Amino acid sequence: MKAAEFEYFRPTTLDEACGLLADTGDDADRCLLAGGQTLVPMMAMRLARPTHLIDINRITELQGIRDLGGSVEIGAGTRQRAVEKDPITRRKLPLLAAALPHVGHHQTRNRGTVGGSIVLGDASAEIPLVALILNATLIIHRRDGRRETMADGFFEGPMMTALEPGDILTTIRFPVWDGTTGSAFHEVAPRKGDYALVSAGAQVALDANGTCIRAAIGVGGCAPTPLRLQAVEDALVGQRLTDALITQAIAPVPDLIDPESSVHASAAYRRRAAPQLVQRALLDALSEARP
Amino acid sequence: MIATIDIEFTVNGKPVRISVPPRMTLVDCLRDMLGLTGSHIGCEHGVCGACSVMLDRVPIRSCLMFAVQADGAAVTTVEGLEGPDGKLSPLQEAFWDCHAMQCGYCTPGMLVAAQGLLDENPTPTSAEIREAISSNLCRCTGYQQIVEAIQLAAQRMNEGVDHA
Repeated sequence: MKAAEFEYFRPTTLDEACGLLADTGDDADRCLLAGGQTLVPMMAMRLARPTHLIDINRITELQGIRDLGGSVEIGAGTRQRAVEKDPITRRKLPLLAAALPHVGHHQTRNRGTVGGSIVLGDASAEIPLVALILNATLIIHRRDGRRETMADGFFEGPMMTALEPGDILTTIRFPVWDGTTGSAFHEVAPRKGDYALVSAGAQVALDANGTCIRAAIGVGGCAPTPLRLQAVEDALVGQRLTDALITQAIAPVPDLIDPESSVHASAAYRRRAAPQLVQRALLDALSEARP
Repeated sequence: MIATIDIEFTVNGKPVRISVPPRMTLVDCLRDMLGLTGSHIGCEHGVCGACSVMLDRVPIRSCLMFAVQADGAAVTTVEGLEGPDGKLSPLQEAFWDCHAMQCGYCTPGMLVAAQGLLDENPTPTSAEIREAISSNLCRCTGYQQIVEAIQLAAQRMNEGVDHA
């Protein structure tokens, strides 16, 4: 349970980190260390054996939350607990604020970063799911450039993302919804703070008459990646949301997901739990939107 | 063989200069190099919470961090919770009074997690206490007394009463 030997680098600028990561003139296995809440145990169990560990915790460019009005930018290296406690998160990104208390525990959120969770791309993790539901923009740097990509399409498979070798996720830009909105996040987990067996998040916007004008819904733990439920969203937009309509809209959920069995939950259990959690999230989001 | 790295940090208020191999975790450094064996190693992969310490005044798991990363930081271990005169802190006193330990293996981590909570929230509800220690496993399952002890400590600290 001790990590294998590695060489340790601690860049203080993004340029320096990009340079260290891009230097592939040998067969070294280079790996970024952010919060380390997943990487360090993987190294302890020798599931990861980087030869060069690049600690990006001292890069100030990766830190902080910026309110840009129509969007909020979060530095990829910002601690999950800092984001959770920031009033901007509660005011502008209520879905993220609702999901963060489910991410690990105080001790792990004090170290774990928002970007670290996204690049890991665990299908049961809350932050990737929220990024997908809100279709956040991911800003990625590498030695020879910068690009932006959308969360929709970023998560490609189990723990696989569109990130290329040499890429560093630097900023996540979450869109802020205008008007009368409500959001909620629910999950079932073996222990509070463990990875979710099934999770669901929903955000809705209503017009002055109470008609749903926008809906974003997604589930975790139900497929190889976090999953957006477009069909459920389509059934809600343009309608006045009643309990009966929501019950009807969530009916196809078991057929929209592709869960696997694990020691803690069978695929059949996940198929039963997912629509219930989606329904709960939708009802709570709706009651938040309606004063 | 990879060279050791010189680091400087404070542990329980005392400056430390030490040279560590990069792969050494903070908890191994605290226990094996500094002789602070209060922080326990349970699972060594971030599940049990027995190794919790304060890093720059917030609780973290010291098995999930390499000692080199603590360069420049302020670390407080369970040994640092007591007063300068060696007197138990109000939280430690309350753990004593409520018998909030059985085998004692989780106790250092529980104390650090609870101190982190009380520093941030001096009047936690029972639910908030349970949330704060949800990160820490007690293999004896004696959670009820731990929750009571934290409640008692909060009450005494808010009343400013010295029960020692």
